[in-house]
Amino acid sequence: MVTTVLFFLLAGLAISCAGLTVYYRNPLYSALSLIGVFISLSVLYLTLAAPFIAITQILVYAGAIMVLVIFVIMLLNLDEEKPLNRLRHLYAIGGGLGLAMLAQAFFIFYAVLKTPKHVVDTESNVGSTMSIGTHMYTEYLLPVEIVGVMLLMAIIGAVMLVRKDTNASIEAAAEKETND
Amino acid sequence: MESVIKTAFPFIVYSVAILLAFQGVLMIVAYTVLGERKILGWIQGRIGPNRVGPWGVLQPFADLFKFILKEDIAPDKSTKVVFYMAPLVALTCALLPIVVYPFGPPIEDPIGWLVPYLPAIPFAGETNFVAWLAEQAKGMRLTIARLDVGVLYVLGITSVGVYGIALAGWSSNNKYSLMGGLRSSAQMISYELAMGASIIGVVMLAGSLDLHEIIWAQGHSTFKWYIVPQFVGFVVFLISAFAETNRVPFDLPEAETELVAGFHTEYSALKFALFFMAEYVNMFTVSVMVVTLFLGGWYIPGLTHIFEYGSIPYALVSHVGFLLKIFFFLFLYIWVRGTLPRFRFDQLMSFGWKFLLPVAIGNVIVTTIVVYFMNR
Amino acid sequence: MEPGLENYLALSGILFAIGAVGVVYKRNAIGMFMCIELMLNAVNLSFVAFSRYYADVTGQLFVFMVMAVAACEAAVGLGIIIAFFRNRISVDVDDASILKH
Repeated sequence: MVTTVLFFLLAGLAISCAGLTVYYRNPLYSALSLIGVFISLSVLYLTLAAPFIAITQILVYAGAIMVLVIFVIMLLNLDEEKPLNRLRHLYAIGGGLGLAMLAQAFFIFYAVLKTPKHVVDTESNVGSTMSIGTHMYTEYLLPVEIVGVMLLMAIIGAVMLVRKDTNASIEAAAEKETND
Repeated sequence: MESVIKTAFPFIVYSVAILLAFQGVLMIVAYTVLGERKILGWIQGRIGPNRVGPWGVLQPFADLFKFILKEDIAPDKSTKVVFYMAPLVALTCALLPIVVYPFGPPIEDPIGWLVPYLPAIPFAGETNFVAWLAEQAKGMRLTIARLDVGVLYVLGITSVGVYGIALAGWSSNNKYSLMGGLRSSAQMISYELAMGASIIGVVMLAGSLDLHEIIWAQGHSTFKWYIVPQFVGFVVFLISAFAETNRVPFDLPEAETELVAGFHTEYSALKFALFFMAEYVNMFTVSVMVVTLFLGGWYIPGLTHIFEYGSIPYALVSHVGFLLKIFFFLFLYIWVRGTLPRFRFDQLMSFGWKFLLPVAIGNVIVTTIVVYFMNR
Repeated sequence: MEPGLENYLALSGILFAIGAVGVVYKRNAIGMFMCIELMLNAVNLSFVAFSRYYADVTGQLFVFMVMAVAACEAAVGLGIIIAFFRNRISVDVDDASILKH
């Protein structure tokens, strides 16, 4: 009972925050609404008996990725998005895409509803730190190693991308600003 | 009706426990502020606050009333919603970790000794309600919630706390505030890495992320406290803790001499008080973490020879010992503030990334090898 | 009583749809980036729900993989956005049109 009420509360919060993320033109407001989505999803993971994932969600998404995003928004001092005067047909395409995906979602809803109910094993320890760690370093060792290499590549890539070896790009930017 | 009360009893107990824990921590925080002003006064050859009450002990309340009574100002060009939200975010994220603090050891039978002295009260189908309560309370822990992932929980919530500062800096629409907010987010992202990496050694030795398990693994001997095998981790954790809480010598987000007051330049009255409280609650949280992870939490060496483990006096003395260890670290914060000058921002960044992080990672590697050969 | 698996999957589908619309609708590189994160999160939710209802830890492990991918994406994506901003003083994806001429 409590879980059901919590689910609908959090689902409502998540959907409205996600809608606001798309709706706001100011990137900072978008980012704040997205944090709302992440936090409500994290609480949903808690109700799904996955405390480790819930905390990692907060730690990685809300605590690291979105802090970086907000840092970049503040650093670049971004203004509100300009309303677009061309490419209006994209609205139609976007709406169509959204509708198609919603239809898909409700088809899944219908299909799962049709299949026989699965009894939830409330005694299982699937979400515990121990079980996740054990499986991660035995059964799924190779994917974990590949992810490690991928993270290393991402670090190197990020450093290479933003490295300032000459001042040429900044001078070009300043020139563009004076020309505008 | 009576059975409803009986079912709701855990909620009542939890509410009381939460109230007690939060109130206790906030009182300690209020007196940390007074202690800071007194100790800084002594360090600098002054007296410190001594006007309100004897030796100034009522000063925190005077400060609180002053904060409440001041005019609440929001700058004209600020983003109002975010401006009002930021201090709330900061304080909420500071207060949430209190839930997992391990305040003391489990008590085997906390109210059992009371039962013979009280008359048997029949209530909700129990012939003696007090006896039923005593039965329920057996093995009580001096903590609100015991999480399987306690360490990660504290790290995660404190890392969300940076939004309070970053948003305060952005929404004030003031260049000093913005600089403070930017510095703070960069600093907290950088030092969080070193902090997380320094904890991994302890987690590996204890084999758990649960704060109670970690304390339990440190045993009754002082030599088992992780400050001995994990001394490098301890030092790295302590340094990054200073940076995470924006204290001297890493207080660049609010550096008075360059940024007026940094991210809270535009904040006054109660909104400023919320930031102030958040900073001190964060100090307390970090001290709790240092004590729990490296100094054996509530363990006092040799106490089992005097009191029986699990008895009430044992729990009380352990709790006091826990608080004393925390007070030492709070004192250390103040001592450092009175002693050290501030870093420059590039020094701060290169120290975090080029020194602390490699040392922490090296510590993880060495610990891994040692743990591997110990467990063979 | 617990909400059934279908509820979680429906929520996941709705969030994914909102994210997909956002990627098309937004003109701002950071906005698009955030909508992609939203889609990844929707997928994570369905993974965790399946893991719960089939008592299998695999779903939760793949959430980790997705989070690692998201972290990589954040590092490289924001790096690209900053590099782009340095050259163009804008993060509008319509301004990334140098190959068109």
